[in-house]
Amino acid sequence: MSDLILDVQGLRKTFRLSAKQQKIEKTKQKVKVAVDGLSFTARRGEIFGLLGPNGAGKTTTLRMLATLIKPDAGDALVDGASIVSQPERVRSRIGFLTSELKLEDFFTPNYLYDFFSDLHQVPDEVRKPRKQALFSRFGIDQFAEVKVADLSTGMKQKVSLVISIVHDPDIIIFDEPTNGLDVITAKVVTDFLQELRGQGKTVLVSTHIFSLVEKLCDRVGVIIDGSMALCGTLDEVCQGKSLEDRFFALYVERMGKDA
Amino acid sequence: MKNGMLTIFRKELARFFGDKRTALAAILLPGVLIFAVYTFMGSALSSQFSVDEDFVPTVQAAALPDSLSTLAGQAGLEIQPAAGVDQAKALIEGQELDLLAVFPADFDDQVAAYDASSGAPAPAVELYYNSASVDSSAAYEMMSALLDSYESSLSNKFDVNPGSQAYDLATDADTAGTFLSSMMPMLLMIFLFSGCMATAPESIAGEKERGTIATLLITPLKRSDLALGKIFALSIIALLSGLSSTIGTLLSMPALMQMEGNVGAAYTPVHYLALCLVILSTVLFLVACISLISAFAKTIKEAQTYVTPLMILAMVVGVTAMFGGGASASLWAYFIPFYSSVQAMVGVFALELNWTHLLITVASNLVYTAMGVWGLTRMFNSEKVMFQR
Ligand SMILES: Nc1ncnc2c1ncn2[C@@H]1O[C@H](COP(=O)(O)OP(=O)(O)OP(=O)(O)O)[C@@H](O)[C@H]1O
Ligand SMILES: [Mg+2]
Repeated sequence: MSDLILDVQGLRKTFRLSAKQQKIEKTKQKVKVAVDGLSFTARRGEIFGLLGPNGAGKTTTLRMLATLIKPDAGDALVDGASIVSQPERVRSRIGFLTSELKLEDFFTPNYLYDFFSDLHQVPDEVRKPRKQALFSRFGIDQFAEVKVADLSTGMKQKVSLVISIVHDPDIIIFDEPTNGLDVITAKVVTDFLQELRGQGKTVLVSTHIFSLVEKLCDRVGVIIDGSMALCGTLDEVCQGKSLEDRFFALYVERMGKDA
Repeated sequence: MKNGMLTIFRKELARFFGDKRTALAAILLPGVLIFAVYTFMGSALSSQFSVDEDFVPTVQAAALPDSLSTLAGQAGLEIQPAAGVDQAKALIEGQELDLLAVFPADFDDQVAAYDASSGAPAPAVELYYNSASVDSSAAYEMMSALLDSYESSLSNKFDVNPGSQAYDLATDADTAGTFLSSMMPMLLMIFLFSGCMATAPESIAGEKERGTIATLLITPLKRSDLALGKIFALSIIALLSGLSSTIGTLLSMPALMQMEGNVGAAYTPVHYLALCLVILSTVLFLVACISLISAFAKTIKEAQTYVTPLMILAMVVGVTAMFGGGASASLWAYFIPFYSSVQAMVGVFALELNWTHLLITVASNLVYTAMGVWGLTRMFNSEKVMFQR
């Protein structure tokens, strides 16, 4: 099936906990299983949502897909490239956005755009019109020469978003894309994600906000405690109930009555 | 297509030079400060241990013989008779009087009657002075010189170095070479190290601390390009800062050593070329070392703490330049990091250039740098190092 662009198979990630972390997490276990045999697929031109509570392993999954960290087991094919054996290929095919990725305060959006275009080897004649379009789309043009340090949180987030797609990737992976944004800026972002889908791109977002999934996603995977509880189209997952009700039912099923 | 290493290299330089104030502070300030401090130290040293040209000491004498009172007059020493020995001593203690000379009552007769071969104690003159006072010390020197020349005029058999020509045949170049080869290697190690310290922890541990390195790591940029681009850019900044400190030092040398003219005049372009090679390879090695340590650290502060022992080590090794009289002759010394650089610099400054030693130093530094780049690349690839909590 040629429109299968993301194929995640049995991803597993554990973290060794230091004595300090054990105390914080209130556990005696030395190893934390953050992601436990996660599998799912995403198709070209769809928005796939990873929904899960805090600590479910969403960010860890996305960091593995973006090749920042390596899985203990399992693999994923990103447009045919393996995140384990071909990380450099994967990196040139995805755009990744998470709050962990910071921009250097000292530079301006204009400088950073060119810098990351260089790193992605985007030719000059392509980068210029693309920069102009993205900057005016997000209202960055007035702030193009303002240092990142002096930008508002929302504007910083927009610049980060634009920087993450300087190379016009086919797969866009955004971790909690609307976190910390006001409703207006959040709408700008979600509108843009829909626009990207319209261009045939695949968007993978993680969130714990039900309404965002209902509004945005074609398909959704519910992650609870590191593994996939349910995965399918929005209608398949909801089965006529609201997403929130379905989620709580699943959660109780998985974690036991006392949860 | 753009080269990833070059992109990182340019970004690092843009980051450093874009901030004009920090760049000036890191590059120009060390040189200017060193020049000012050394020049001040030099002139303070020379003024502290010398007296004014037209200085006339106040001298008192008990029982000054006629023979010496005329000689003293010719030498420009005005000698008053002492009112009392204890009184004069008290004045010297209070630095109100420079010198008291106490002669035996019949000094001239005793001297004339004395036979050196008899073995009896010679007539004695006592000079009381206060070494805490520059003036008093000068008066003491003048008076002893006067008495010495009087003594030798009584029985002159031969003279040593009587003329006014230069008897010390050391050239300015030798003096400068000896001095510079004992001082400069240590100073250069310190300057270069501080130059690296000003930027490498900030550029590597700082990027980790601020989370900007992760943004680089999700691009297709090769980790080795990231390591090389950073090491080259940081080396250039460290070199510039080291260069400014070195120029400041060399310009202040004449004042510090109270030497005439240009101290660098003895060195030929070949010496400068040799020195540049050693410095260049040393800086690359230093930057690689400090970058590796910085990559381990979670914060800039932590990096600086970890690097401090290395800085002390480099300084201690720099001190070896002051001992041993010239560069080490054994070949193996030039394979040891830090030590090889210091010894190779000693050779150049002492005008004892040895190309074998020099090339071994440069080559071994480059090999160690390459190992450092390899290590840094591995660390950029390691999620444990890059994302530790
Ligand atoms: N580097 C790490 N070391 C130790 N434990 C970690 C590390 N990274 C994540 N974890 C743990 O793994 C689990 C999953 O974390 P993750 O950040 O993936 O959750 P998340 O679904 O993104 O949650 P949130 O909604 O809070 O962002 C958590 O329990 C977290 O504490
Ligand atoms: Mg998260």
